[in-house]
Amino acid sequence: MSNAAKIEIAGLNKAFGSKQVLRGVDLTIGKGESVVVIGGSGSGKSVLLKCILGLMRPDSGSIKIDGEESVDLARRERERVRAKFGMLFQGSALFDSLRVWENVAFGLIQGDRMARGAAKDVALRKLGAVGLDGQVSELYPSELSGGMQKRVALARAIAREPEIIFFDEPTTGLDPIMSDVINKLIVKCVRDLGATAVSITHDMVSARHIADRIAMIYEGRIIWNGAAKEIDRSGNGHVDQFLHGRAEGPIAMPVRPL
Amino acid sequence: MTNFLQPIGATFLAMLEVTGRIVIFALESLSGMLRRPFYLPAIGRQLVDVGYYSLPVVGLTAIFTGMVLVLQSYTGFTRFSAESAIPNVVVISLTRELGPVLAGLMVAGRVGAAMAAEIGTMRVTEQIDALSTLSTNPLKYLVVPRLVAGLISLPLLVAVADVIGVFGGYVIAVDKLGFNSVSYIKHTVNFLHTIDVVSGLVKAAVFGFIVALMGCYHGYHSRGGAQGVGAATTNAVVSASILILVFNYFLTEAFFSR
Repeated sequence: MSNAAKIEIAGLNKAFGSKQVLRGVDLTIGKGESVVVIGGSGSGKSVLLKCILGLMRPDSGSIKIDGEESVDLARRERERVRAKFGMLFQGSALFDSLRVWENVAFGLIQGDRMARGAAKDVALRKLGAVGLDGQVSELYPSELSGGMQKRVALARAIAREPEIIFFDEPTTGLDPIMSDVINKLIVKCVRDLGATAVSITHDMVSARHIADRIAMIYEGRIIWNGAAKEIDRSGNGHVDQFLHGRAEGPIAMPVRPL
Repeated sequence: MTNFLQPIGATFLAMLEVTGRIVIFALESLSGMLRRPFYLPAIGRQLVDVGYYSLPVVGLTAIFTGMVLVLQSYTGFTRFSAESAIPNVVVISLTRELGPVLAGLMVAGRVGAAMAAEIGTMRVTEQIDALSTLSTNPLKYLVVPRLVAGLISLPLLVAVADVIGVFGGYVIAVDKLGFNSVSYIKHTVNFLHTIDVVSGLVKAAVFGFIVALMGCYHGYHSRGGAQGVGAATTNAVVSASILILVFNYFLTEAFFSR
């Protein structure tokens, strides 16, 4: 938290039709920091990530990456900024027509113009780092279990050694043991690369494991933001309710009797 | 009165909006065709998929169309003792109209649907977003190869279909209706002008582009899971089929109404 800001988000707004999803998000993420954004379903977590990545255009507000304003960049410029990012998608989003190693090497071959042979070596090394051996590398993604797909996706996200890595619900749909494996791998990869990490999740176990700092998003705003260790003493009713998974509290879901 | 007019206006505006979107999509893809990087292996794969594997379908359509043309025109033309015009009628209607239109419609059903389903699935499973994060422009990687393949392979398919169709007609005329083999071929060749074939091939190129464009556009913009992909597939086939028939009229007018 001490060094310069890697990502600075200020006053970010995004609406879909009449539905206002982000209402002025402010968030600063320091270099080498691991920030986890928590929040319920539909709170705007995914939209926030996609805006930072430039996959969606915010209606207003500013996103600075390494101090450089990145909203409304020209395509060539956007591609240059985007090369700093790696992303682990919620559903892994592996290319099902390509083999596992080709998936991992995709960014190296297509983006960095690396020769296929060299890219395969890197891919195999990255696969090794997430605990997958050479046999798996020749399979197609559909032949793998969900946990293995997640690990391949993680290897793909770190293959180009990005400066910033996004994790979109990294443990959703995995059993507790595999979740722990993924959490440990994320911590290890981020530390080894010295990368800045931004994760979104509603899995508190995972959040505590990965995060240096936790921010909670609710109704399109960051309502709490602090060190991961202090989240139990946040003094915020919304955060406490989320932490303990209670249906009753300030975040109310109106239900009518049957 | 306003209640009655309002939906008409809304539909009209929505139609204009979609037309505009499709034109922008087409122009962006066309500009992508001309600028590096070129994904040649992807283009090769699509050529095989769109062109080579469509041969059986298009060939069968052509041969039976040629056969039925001879039978039908025979019943009509014998009343005026104008049997000698049959080879001419068959070859001109095949090269000018039926070859490109029927091949276009068959390919729309076979290839356009597959493109919409494949790209649509990639969209809803975030594979298209993943491409962007790996420094690959999805328009260039996914859409351009398909458009190029449509543009190149349909004229080739139609050239083959023309030959097969004429051959089908010849077999029925000679074997079943007792035409003289030599004079049938002579009549076929003598009355055929270059423009008949060329206009058909130009139409085929346009139809191939339309089929691929509709498949890619609807797939690329599909939303919301399996249902969205299903809708995209239907829309791709229906819109491609209608556009083929509409453009067929205007192309015919451009070529022959002087």
